[in-house]
Amino acid sequence: MPFKIIASQCTSCSACEQECPNVAISEKGGTFVIDPKKCTECIGHFEEPQCVAVCPVDNTCVIDTSLPRY
Amino acid sequence: MQVIAEHKGCGTSGGSGKASCGSQAGQGELPTEIWEKVKNHPCYSEEAHHHYARMHVAVAPACNVQCNYCNRKYDCANESRPGVVSEKLTPEQAAKKVVAVASTIPQMTVLGIAGPGDPLANPKKTFKTFELVAKAAPDIKLCLSTNGLMLPDYVDTIARFKIDHVTITINMVDPEIGAKIYPWIFYNHKRYTGLEAAKILNDRQLQGLEMLTERGILCKINSVMIPGINDQHLLEVNKAVKSRGAFLHNIMPLISAPEHGTLFGLSGQRGPTARELKALQDVCEGEMNMMRHCRQCRADAVGLLGEDRSAEFTTEKVMTMDVKYDLEMRKAYQAKVEVERVAKVAAEQEELAELASEMSGVKLLVAVATKGSGLINEHFGHAKEFQVYELSTTGAKFVGHRRVDHYCRGGYGEEESLATIIRAIDDCHAVFVAKIGGCPKSNLLKAGIEPVDQYAHEFIEKSAIAWFKSYLERVQSGEIQHVKRGEAAIRQGALISAA
Repeated sequence: MPFKIIASQCTSCSACEQECPNVAISEKGGTFVIDPKKCTECIGHFEEPQCVAVCPVDNTCVIDTSLPRY
Repeated sequence: MQVIAEHKGCGTSGGSGKASCGSQAGQGELPTEIWEKVKNHPCYSEEAHHHYARMHVAVAPACNVQCNYCNRKYDCANESRPGVVSEKLTPEQAAKKVVAVASTIPQMTVLGIAGPGDPLANPKKTFKTFELVAKAAPDIKLCLSTNGLMLPDYVDTIARFKIDHVTITINMVDPEIGAKIYPWIFYNHKRYTGLEAAKILNDRQLQGLEMLTERGILCKINSVMIPGINDQHLLEVNKAVKSRGAFLHNIMPLISAPEHGTLFGLSGQRGPTARELKALQDVCEGEMNMMRHCRQCRADAVGLLGEDRSAEFTTEKVMTMDVKYDLEMRKAYQAKVEVERVAKVAAEQEELAELASEMSGVKLLVAVATKGSGLINEHFGHAKEFQVYELSTTGAKFVGHRRVDHYCRGGYGEEESLATIIRAIDDCHAVFVAKIGGCPKSNLLKAGIEPVDQYAHEFIEKSAIAWFKSYLERVQSGEIQHVKRGEAAIRQGALISAA
């Protein structure tokens, strides 16, 4: 299941954008969004999802349970 | 290799008995190459901050350290607080903004990148901006402010881009204390917490500082004073950074109002009082230069330190501005500023010469309303801050500033705001203003603060020394009694809008 960013909590700091190994994160409408087609949950790259690890606001990058695992 | 730490710098002005660049026609004991670097830098020289302006461009939103005193999410147009910005810029927008501001404010000599996150957590955007600015406005000094986590990796890049001023925020040299200030850091693609995080951060900060001073890059250390957590420990921090060649130490009060939404703000952690802050700065001053004129400005601040003009330069306005970078016009303007600066110092020296023969142990604080150029040129009712000077027979020494709400709003004074102004300067014996109304005048007198308006539009130090002489005479003749003043509160979070 890919990650998604809760727009109402996102501070648009862009910290996640440069850490994503899949270049799945981009700016859209003032906040950042994750392209579910590109997100791999960082499996194979890092021990933990980089967007979650670097996000300064807790519970902002979360698993999108509405979508199937990549 | 030059050892910068041995030299007394411009961070403090005269008054300690030794000549420093605030009390002489500028350079004082500083070697010429360092004086050249700091003389027009409002943050590195207290004396310069009356005359020269700086700007920050907000190109670096991402951060790799979480600090309990920081929250970058909320912006209030009237707030001066690190991490706060109204809009983020691309490097191209930032370069255009620098040219626009430099053309409008010719005394703007310094461009800093200070966030709203950490410039070195955004290295591409940060260095691209410096590259564009160096091309478009070659006379502007470049500096950056960092938490230091990535500093060792970028010292060579910093040197290559000719950035000769770097500020590192160091709040601890003991990881036990660090763990109370930093919940986590993000380093090498991994989040660290607790002692481990604080230890990595501290090691990297001190290593970065050493590497910078080895290359002759001037370093200012910012420390946030958090009572009960690192207030006593900052003495140790002071020694640690001095021994590694830091040029200037800036101990700032914690800003922690609950409405800022920081962890410290919400947990009720208090900030220091004006007296606590000054006491710590005074103790550290024996060790090295202290900065006392810091306004803890926004990451998109523009203008003189005491007068934020960022609202005049929104991206929308800047992009429509048609500006030409006129280096000659800027040089000519700055030459005029230099003439004024020399006159100001000469006037102070002349007044001081007479005072030197006086024998008195009296030491007191006075507040000054100014809008720059080192003059008493602001009305009491229009002042957004007061600058505080300590007067003694060795002269007038700048010790800090106090932010206040305007007394005048829409042409009439308000009792409520007068009370808060008095609280902000309640440790002062007098307040120097260009003009003051009858009502606040009598209220100030009632509170024991003498309103002084006879030095309107004259130089600050010269006037303060002249007044101090007459004060000593009045005490000696028995006309007045010298009494100690009270404690003053530090205004949290700067201006609150009238609404």
